[in-house]
Amino acid sequence: MAELDTSSGGGKKGGKVRSKKQSTRVDLTAMVDLAFLLITFFMLTTTLAKPQAMDLAMPDKDKDKPESKLEIADNRTMTILLGQNNRIEWYMGLVDNPKTPTVDNYGRNGIRKAIIEKIKEVRGITGDPKKGLIVLIKPSKKSNYRNLVDILDEMKITGVPTYAIVDITNPEIELMKRDGIYE
Amino acid sequence: MPKVKVPRKSTAIDMTAMCDVAFLLLTFFILTATARQPEPLPVDTPASTVKIKLPETDIATLTVGQGKIFFGVKGQQIRINMLDRIAQKYNLQFTEDEKRRFSVIESFGVPVGNLKQLIALSGDERNQPGLQIGIPADSTDNQLNEWILAARYATKELNNADLRFSIKGDSREEYPEIKKVIDILQKQNINKFSLITSLRQAEQ
Repeated sequence: MAELDTSSGGGKKGGKVRSKKQSTRVDLTAMVDLAFLLITFFMLTTTLAKPQAMDLAMPDKDKDKPESKLEIADNRTMTILLGQNNRIEWYMGLVDNPKTPTVDNYGRNGIRKAIIEKIKEVRGITGDPKKGLIVLIKPSKKSNYRNLVDILDEMKITGVPTYAIVDITNPEIELMKRDGIYE
Repeated sequence: MPKVKVPRKSTAIDMTAMCDVAFLLLTFFILTATARQPEPLPVDTPASTVKIKLPETDIATLTVGQGKIFFGVKGQQIRINMLDRIAQKYNLQFTEDEKRRFSVIESFGVPVGNLKQLIALSGDERNQPGLQIGIPADSTDNQLNEWILAARYATKELNNADLRFSIKGDSREEYPEIKKVIDILQKQNINKFSLITSLRQAEQ
C-alpha cells in the first residue's frame, strides 16, 4: 500500500510522550483521474493535429511531346464543370454535342449518384475493366477551392479509374451560362 | 451454531502503480507532442475523406488565402540555405544573426525587399493579421517561383531528396488563385503535389 512503515523500530519504552504518528497514506484517486484526463487530451491532440494530405497528380504540360496527348473515346468521358454557388454541371461526350447535360449538386445525393451510375454504364459498354470511365474536371473562375477538393474527394470515394483537372473552354462556359450556373 | 464471519475487506485499492503508469504515459505524450506554431495566415482548410498523413520532412507548404500566398519549408538548415540562394539572386546581404532568426520562421509572406524588416520583428509581431502582404507571384515579378526553386535546390543539396509540395488553400479561395500556384509549380515540372485538407467522415 501507499504507506511507509510507520511502526517504530524497537520496543523502546522511554517515558517520553510521543506525538501520535499519523498515517502517510494519501488518497491518489483524484491525482490518477487528473493524470488520465491529461493523457487523453495529449493523445487526441497529437494524432488529430496532423493535417491530411490529398495527393494530386496533374497532367504533364509539356507541349513538345505530342505523344503524351491521349486520344479519348467519347463514350467514356464525363466532363464535370464547376460553376458558381456550389453547383455542378456534367455531361458525357464532347462539348459540341453534349449528351445529357445535367445541373447537379455536390455530395451523396448529387454528383456521386451520377458518377457511380456512369462507372457501371461505361464498364458495360466497353466490356473491358481496364477501359473505365474518364472524368475531366473543369473548374471555372466562379468556383472556389472547396469545390475542387470536394470533387476530388468524390473521385476518391467513387473510385473513378482515371481523372484529370483540365482548363475550361469557352463553349463550356456558354453551356454553364445557358443553365444559369455561371454569370 | 456459530456463524463463520467473512472478514470485511477494505474497498480502498492501492493506486500507486496506476498513478505511476499514468504519469509515465503523460510525460511521454507531452514530450512527443509538437507545439503548434501560430500561423501568420490562418486558413480554413476544406474537409475530405482521405486519411493519408502529411510527411514531416522535405516538404514545402504553399498557403493560399485572402488572395495572398505564403511560403514555408520544413527544416532550419534548408531555410538558411534557401535564404542564401535568394540573397545571391537579389543581391542582398544577411548577417549570421538574421539567418538564424529566419531559420525559425515557419511560414512567411513578404516581398524580398521587406524580408529584413520581417526578420527584425518578434514572433508575435510577425503573426499580426494583415502585416504580411504575401509573396508576389505575378508574371512580371515572380518571386514565389524563385523561392520554390531555391528551396528545391537547398533540399537536394542538404538532404539529397526531392522536395515535396503541398498546397494549403482556404476553402473560400477562388479557383484562379489556386490555379496560379499550380501553374507556377507546373512550370517547374512539378506535376505531383498534395492538397492539405482536414478530416471528414465518409458518408457512404
